[in-house]
Amino acid sequence: MTLSNLFKSFLLVILTSLSYSAVFANEGHKEEKEFNVGEMIMHHIKDAHEWHLFGPEHGGTSIYLPVILLDGGLKTFSSSNFYHGEQVEYTDAVSGESYHYMLGTGPAEGYALFHEKIYKTEEGKLHFEEGHPHNAKPLDFSITKNVLSLFFGAILILVIMFSIAGFYKKNGAVAPKGIAKFLEPIIIMVRDDIAKANIDKHKYKKYVPYLLTIFFFIWLNNMLGLVPFLPGGANLTGNITVTFFLACCTLIVTLISANGNYWKHIFATPGVPVPLLIIMIPIEIVGIFTKPFALMVRLFANITAGHIIILALISIIFINKNVAWGGLSVPMALFISVLELLVAFLQAFLFSMLSALFIGAAVEEAHH
Amino acid sequence: MDLILPDLGLLFWTALVFCILLFLLAKFAWKPILSAVNAREQKITEALELAEKTRSEMQALQAENDKILKEARAERDNILKEAKEAANQMIEAAKSKSKTEADKIVENARHTINSEKAAAMAELKTHVAALSLEIAEKVIRGELASDDKQKALADKLVGDINMN
Repeated sequence: MTLSNLFKSFLLVILTSLSYSAVFANEGHKEEKEFNVGEMIMHHIKDAHEWHLFGPEHGGTSIYLPVILLDGGLKTFSSSNFYHGEQVEYTDAVSGESYHYMLGTGPAEGYALFHEKIYKTEEGKLHFEEGHPHNAKPLDFSITKNVLSLFFGAILILVIMFSIAGFYKKNGAVAPKGIAKFLEPIIIMVRDDIAKANIDKHKYKKYVPYLLTIFFFIWLNNMLGLVPFLPGGANLTGNITVTFFLACCTLIVTLISANGNYWKHIFATPGVPVPLLIIMIPIEIVGIFTKPFALMVRLFANITAGHIIILALISIIFINKNVAWGGLSVPMALFISVLELLVAFLQAFLFSMLSALFIGAAVEEAHH
Repeated sequence: MDLILPDLGLLFWTALVFCILLFLLAKFAWKPILSAVNAREQKITEALELAEKTRSEMQALQAENDKILKEARAERDNILKEAKEAANQMIEAAKSKSKTEADKIVENARHTINSEKAAAMAELKTHVAALSLEIAEKVIRGELASDDKQKALADKLVGDINMN
């Protein structure tokens, strides 16, 4: 299939799914509450126990994902036991705001789902305090939307990279063809411009596999997040847990590879008078953690912001309850999507680039 | 708030998947890919080096050829020059030798002519003397043929003597 054909079918899918949603939204609107943009966007960018395909929030078509709880033994059941369970309305006595949560049925008996978090019920209900339930939470290892997207992304990377590796194994050191031809310059870019440029040239080789993995993991998952339908669309790299883990990896790699020179710069910065070290040492120690913290926040904020802006632009249609607004919001969302393609690459590049920079600083030899 | 709070379940799965991914990719993807790319880069570098080396060798060879050609040309010029000089010398020598020879021949010829001439003169003189004698005899005979004539002669002789 040529690229333009691919693009046309992509547009067609977007337009069809949009019009379907519009119909469903209008139908739902008559009997349900007002369309709330903020709630819809927040719902989308957060994790979920179902993969909502189309239709209204309740009664639409979804894939119900398995729930895995660790609560006095392993408990597994389908999340449909929540979504098809009993909906309970709770009105706060002070603020007058009302919340609703789902009581689990069948194997999910004794648990309730509120804002995609699972709580243990007490006397068959949740007890709220300032809008938050203070019931106990079981350890939740469910295959959520993000976890499923994570699996899919990982399998996709493995398939792509194994096919490239297979190409080289079969053909030896020849000029690349096919997907190897497309991805080899990027692999070489990671090796040369990210690893070799920032890490001492005698030591960089050890870190290339880590940097390559982190680069392709972020890039591919960023791009999967831009695909508006299954298996894409999950806000995986815009999830603070994922970026937290990736930043922790870089921190751990940095600390493990750090040499004496690195620690000397932290605990006895050369050329700094001893009394000043009392201030400098805490600052330097905080500095160890602020660097990966910035990595975590940067990736999270960039990808989440991209998802929010695309959803907000599409929501223009539903706020105005008129499909004709698609003439404005679809080109704008398309423009932002193209921009997000660039951001997807840029954020992956920045994350691995800065990781390499931190590692490079940690393994640098003294040259004073 | 839970948007910016890490979730334990997702953390667990992310850690698990990422570690497996890192292990599998490092062992079965990055290693063969990077080694193949490195091998190819080395091959290209070697080929380029070889080309460079060959080129410099070619240049050296060319320079040597030029040098040899130049030397050969110089030698040829030298030989030509020498040959011309030798030829000139030979011509010069032949010229001077032939001149002396010619001079000698001319000299000889002059000698011969002179001696021949002298001989011819001597013979002529002898003939002239004989003829003169004959003529004088015949004249004298005529003069002395009669008495008158003898007398006239005697007179005349006497007259000559007187006058002296």
